[in-house]
Amino acid sequence: MLTLDEVSYRYAGATRASLRDVSLTLRDGEVLGVVGRSEAGKSTLCLVASGLAPRTLGGTLSGRLLIDGADTAARAMHEMASDVAIGFQNPGTQLSGVATTVYEEVAFGPMNLGIARDEVLRRTESSIDALAIRVLSDRDPDRLSGGQQQLVAIAGLLALAPRHLILDEPTAQLDPAGTRLVSDAIRRLAAGGASILIVEQKVDLLAGVCDRVLALDEGRLTLEGPAGSILADPTLHALGVAEPSPVRLRRLANEARIPSRAIELALGRAANVTDA
Amino acid sequence: MLGGIIGPVVTVLLAVVFPALAAGVLRALVRTSLLLTLPIAISALLVNLFFFPGGHQVLLRLGPITATAEGLGFALEILVRIMAISGAITLFYLATRPQDLVVDLERRGVSARVAFVANASVQTVPAMVERAQQIAAAQRARGLDTEGSLRRRVRGVLPIVGPVILGSIAEVEERTLALEARGFTRPGRRTLLWWPSDSTRQRLARWALVLALLALVVARIAGRLG
Repeated sequence: MLTLDEVSYRYAGATRASLRDVSLTLRDGEVLGVVGRSEAGKSTLCLVASGLAPRTLGGTLSGRLLIDGADTAARAMHEMASDVAIGFQNPGTQLSGVATTVYEEVAFGPMNLGIARDEVLRRTESSIDALAIRVLSDRDPDRLSGGQQQLVAIAGLLALAPRHLILDEPTAQLDPAGTRLVSDAIRRLAAGGASILIVEQKVDLLAGVCDRVLALDEGRLTLEGPAGSILADPTLHALGVAEPSPVRLRRLANEARIPSRAIELALGRAANVTDA
Repeated sequence: MLGGIIGPVVTVLLAVVFPALAAGVLRALVRTSLLLTLPIAISALLVNLFFFPGGHQVLLRLGPITATAEGLGFALEILVRIMAISGAITLFYLATRPQDLVVDLERRGVSARVAFVANASVQTVPAMVERAQQIAAAQRARGLDTEGSLRRRVRGVLPIVGPVILGSIAEVEERTLALEARGFTRPGRRTLLWWPSDSTRQRLARWALVLALLALVVARIAGRLG
């Protein structure tokens, strides 16, 4: 369980805080979505929850980051790696830059932790399988598509065997095919019981994987609740967040006075097609 | 006259030619090595052959300049030394994968950070070249002239170099965060998945080379090699 307790954070050199009095809990096995307009503090939330802010970034943090109720303030960044792993938007910059194969790239994290070689291999194998990238394992990571690189980056995080996974807009820089690859992988991880905090502009992805969703605005937590009700909340639009496609369709149909039964039928068929 | 070149010739044969033959890269070695050393070798030969101070044994007269046997001897000595140096460096380059070297250094106790910097530098070069090509293409699409006269080319380089360097610097923070989050700053040894094989024959060959080097130094001090 990862908890932010009354957390505020100001970047080094900034005049105002990017995160203000945020309290939240990511429970074990839960997928928590975060939405909000740009500059709302979503990425800052990820950096604070991962421990990178202020450890690596500097800046001023008040409040506490707790793992299973224990304060993490005194822990070094490398000691956080097995509790929280974080993935970023840009697939290219997350790769180590020293691995010549995808296999080595995935193994990079556990190798850093200095654990036994057999365990590194076991984790690497299982992460490669979890992301279904076995076919890429001998490829050069620099020669992959953005979507494939993002899968490799996420596999590299899983190989750290973290108890919580934080993903900051993992599909933001990907083309539609790459987005589909990564979205499918996140759905599989979520179904497998991983604890994930995910920031995404693509609310349809969140609607499919999240148990709960929270919305940030100007660094403050403004909405929090079950994914279904938050993503259908009419006030989300005012926070600069797009509605999920089914919500939008229902609203437009309502405005055009199209019978809701016809819309639900169409949505049901669309869901069947997607599942197939 | 040939006393001074026996040492370097033996070194070149033992440390460069035979290993290159064993590694199957002798032809590439000769080609690359010649390309690298030809300009300096020619100038060293001409300068020493014709302008060696204190040469008495005249081989050839061309107007005011004279080629002497002493000059030729000294020039050959320099040439073989140049070949020894360039041959050894070229052989190293041809026969060693950079990653093998870095992994092996790390296995032998070099810090993971030093190994990372060495490895990342080697791996970054193709990525930087690719980025430069993309930026050059983008700038050309916007009318930048990167071809034609030298002056135009030089003027065309600036709008490419700027974004390449700034883009790389901008990525440094993201890369740092990603590395830190993956436990890179943990003190102590990393786990290595593999390292280059080091057979008994290779170890013996290395020791033989070290002994040969010592023997050459001793022979030189004893005055046997002139």
